[in-house]
Amino acid sequence: MISQTKGETVTIVLDGEDVEVPAGSNLVDAAALHSKEIPHYCYHPQLSVAGNCRMCLIEMGTPMRDRQTGEPVLDEDGVPKIGWVPKPVIGCATTVSQGMHVKTISDKVTDCREGIMEFLLVNHPLDCPICDQAGECRLQEFATDYGRGYSRYVERKNVKPKRTRLGPRVTLDDERCILCSRCIRFCQEVADDDVLGFVDRGSYSTLTCFPGKELQNNYSLNTVDLCPVGALTSTDFRFKMRVWFLKESPSICTESSAGSNILVSSREGEIHRITPRRNDEVNDSWMTDSGRALYKQVRSDDRLLTPRGNGTDKILDHAITTATNILKDKEIAVVGSCHGTLEELYLLNRLSKITNSKKYLRGYFGEDDGILLSADRTPNLRGALLSGFTNSYPKDNLKSLNNDLKRGGLDAVFVYRDDILNSEVDEELLKGIPLVFMGTQKNSTSDLAEVLIPSLTSFEKKGTFINRSFFAQGFEQAVPGPAGLLPDLLILSKIIEGLDEESKIDPDLSLIWKNLGSPPKSPLKGITFNDVLESPVKVDGSKWESLPFVEKKAMHYLPV
Amino acid sequence: MISKKIPKERRIILKNADDPSYSNKISCYLKRGGYKTLKKSLKKKPEQIGEEVLKSGVRGRGGAGFPTGMKWKFLDRKSGKPIYLVCNADESEPGTFKDRQIIHKDPHQLIEGMMISAFAIQAKQAFIYIRAEFFEGAKILERAIQEAKDRGFCGDNILGSEYSCDLVVHRGAGAYICGEETGLIESLEGKRPNPRIKPPYFPAVLGLYQCPTIVNNVETLCNVIHIMDMGGEKFSQIGKPNNTGTRIWCVSGQVKNPGYFEFECGALTMGEMIYDVCGGLLPGRTLQAVIPGGSSAKVLRADERFKGTLKDGSEFDWGIEDIPLDFDGPMSAGTMSGSGGIVVMDNTVDMVEAMANINAFYAHESCGQCTPCREGSLWMKKITTRMCSGDAREEDADLLLSVANQIEGRTICAFGEAAAWPTQSFVKKFRKDFLKKAKTQKRKKNSFQLI
Repeated sequence: MISQTKGETVTIVLDGEDVEVPAGSNLVDAAALHSKEIPHYCYHPQLSVAGNCRMCLIEMGTPMRDRQTGEPVLDEDGVPKIGWVPKPVIGCATTVSQGMHVKTISDKVTDCREGIMEFLLVNHPLDCPICDQAGECRLQEFATDYGRGYSRYVERKNVKPKRTRLGPRVTLDDERCILCSRCIRFCQEVADDDVLGFVDRGSYSTLTCFPGKELQNNYSLNTVDLCPVGALTSTDFRFKMRVWFLKESPSICTESSAGSNILVSSREGEIHRITPRRNDEVNDSWMTDSGRALYKQVRSDDRLLTPRGNGTDKILDHAITTATNILKDKEIAVVGSCHGTLEELYLLNRLSKITNSKKYLRGYFGEDDGILLSADRTPNLRGALLSGFTNSYPKDNLKSLNNDLKRGGLDAVFVYRDDILNSEVDEELLKGIPLVFMGTQKNSTSDLAEVLIPSLTSFEKKGTFINRSFFAQGFEQAVPGPAGLLPDLLILSKIIEGLDEESKIDPDLSLIWKNLGSPPKSPLKGITFNDVLESPVKVDGSKWESLPFVEKKAMHYLPV
Repeated sequence: MISKKIPKERRIILKNADDPSYSNKISCYLKRGGYKTLKKSLKKKPEQIGEEVLKSGVRGRGGAGFPTGMKWKFLDRKSGKPIYLVCNADESEPGTFKDRQIIHKDPHQLIEGMMISAFAIQAKQAFIYIRAEFFEGAKILERAIQEAKDRGFCGDNILGSEYSCDLVVHRGAGAYICGEETGLIESLEGKRPNPRIKPPYFPAVLGLYQCPTIVNNVETLCNVIHIMDMGGEKFSQIGKPNNTGTRIWCVSGQVKNPGYFEFECGALTMGEMIYDVCGGLLPGRTLQAVIPGGSSAKVLRADERFKGTLKDGSEFDWGIEDIPLDFDGPMSAGTMSGSGGIVVMDNTVDMVEAMANINAFYAHESCGQCTPCREGSLWMKKITTRMCSGDAREEDADLLLSVANQIEGRTICAFGEAAAWPTQSFVKKFRKDFLKKAKTQKRKKNSFQLI
């Protein structure tokens, strides 16, 4: 990881043009800033430099200096002479320096690239028609862009294992491997689980796990994304879908408060995979394996699809009306969830305000892995704070609700997504108290509920989550929700309207953001939903500094 | 061209080696004045030793011929990190067998040379990285080090000088690439010997365990004793300017009397070496080619003429026999003296088969880290192997040359050149043989289809 000195720049001459680049950056990154591509395989901006693919060979020279005096050497015209390095150098391991001359386009560079492409392809199988990587394969792309276009190879290709199980989620096709070592470096440097390595020599080198070990850490699937070719494949995704059919939508991982930025790939409304989206302030280019599996909840068996209201009525609108009637003019308890979006929690807060009811919120906690799975297993606890739904740090139970139920005086309970029976609330106490449940997955509370309003998962709606570092991150709808269901915001807005005509609010994200930012001291002042959708916006969280946040030091996060 | 007088060897490094009354025990070494120079050197300032070595002009004997004194000067002494000295005894270049003689026959000379050098660079720890196949040599060295330690020549507080440096023998990992400076360091650290990228990993700054490290060849380190013994000034008068000291040449191939011979640099020519020292070729044979510095050096054809201007400005016009045996002579002839392994090939050698043999070696020994060498060396091997098994094509010569050109200068370490140079020179100089293969050997029908 080559460090970049912040703010300082140097001037280099890139293909004859003077350009400013950040001091300390390498040539691959520096050229990319000026829309010049230096093709590369082994280099990854968030891993150490290996310099082994040799695809980024370019010509480089620095102004010559007199050995004795240290003065620049000038030619006849008084222009500093450039001492070109006789051999081509690799861009990834060359740090920019003042006055450096770089040629990314020249006969020599073209020859290098053609040569390397040919070498990479001589033992690479012609698997493209059945390869999962086809369509997003660097080998295909660079072969087209920089290759010679024909083969001179008549010998037999090397034969290697085609389907090695590296771990529970990763399958390796060794023949396709170009030995760039990205996966090895990732496991050493990011996942902190050094299990991969090469055995054998030369062209017969083969990627394997150390004897008796498996690639089974919770970040193993990142190696699949990192792999520039189709060698490492996701066992889950393998042979299921051609990538060019997939529609990619930016979203946010809901697994924990780390809030990894993700891309949801879907085709015709069905999600096929989740991959990380680069964000150097949140998750670099990584995400957890467990987070990738979350899309399965969309079409899982426990997904709530049928509304329930007033006995056997299965019409959503009726269920919403029934719910409104139950909640109207009663002492109710509102149970929120840190799985709700910032906007939903805002409406939920509004709902509790107009019904003058008490609010309850439970946190979900687990082990912190120090990387991208934080101890807070909800995506939006800080959103609950910012929405005004809560001011205190939630406990991992709802004993307070249990106590209030015991004390009596509650006429109805509105549960948003949470499973209160699983949170130390006694089922006996709920007898005779109507329960309205709104959520996506079936649980013991939804089973008990008198009125059930199915809602949408984060893949099926828009919204905002606020992660552990107080980054407000908006996300897009990736797939349409199941037929007949409505977005949570619309349902909540309907209930609010039914409860109190005057408090009516349109389920419009920009409007909600306007409201969120309207109090004079609001940390969300001046920010719009479009801002957070475009890129994460750091929100001032100093107001809650004293709360006992459970997250430990991790990637891009330092506990206060 | 063949002279009457047989040039006389000047044995400095191998002075004692082949004496029947000499053994590799410490008693023998001490009897012949061993470890005296170490005693003398420990009284000097470390920088003084460095100065002497620089003055001597001694060049590395491992292959690249880089001035040793300069190498020591590049050492990063300001970092505060410990400094390491590593002896490269991974002699793996085909055609070279000089270090083996030193290790087997005079191990204490290496130990003394290493301790002087370690003191000069103020090393905290010294290693001998010995080729895996030299198991006997490793045993000898282990014993010799113990003998030296028992007498205080090595280890803690050497000869009461308050300088301590432990010496450890590390057996190599059995690969040619372990002899590459940074590959050796990786291997010594216990990893795969994948050479490191330079920059930033120059051993003198970021070497073993990311600390400043000096890696020197066995013969080079032995030379340090003699430099300190006679003084850098006097040492620099042996041989020729810029080619100081003696060199051990290892001659193999079709000569009557192959072996290793120590001569002053430039004291004799290739012709004298082959015809006088080694007794000439086998009866009825004629010289076809010579590889002058281990298999990775470019081959020389017997009927070539080498013309050009030397560094001192004088013109030269040499036949193969006239090439002086030093560092600059073979360099002027477009090849290199490398590790001093002279391979002589007479007219019975099939040059394509010789090429196939060399290519097989490099394909087997490529570490596989960087693309050009990994894929190129195997491809070249596959081509030459095919050519030798009756499937040669006329276009193979050009293809070989093109593949080699695609490797040279584009790899992490010098292995790329080592693999490319033989092919480049063989194809260029023996093109006819490669084309002849295609004509004389029958091609099977439909055996080649572009993949």
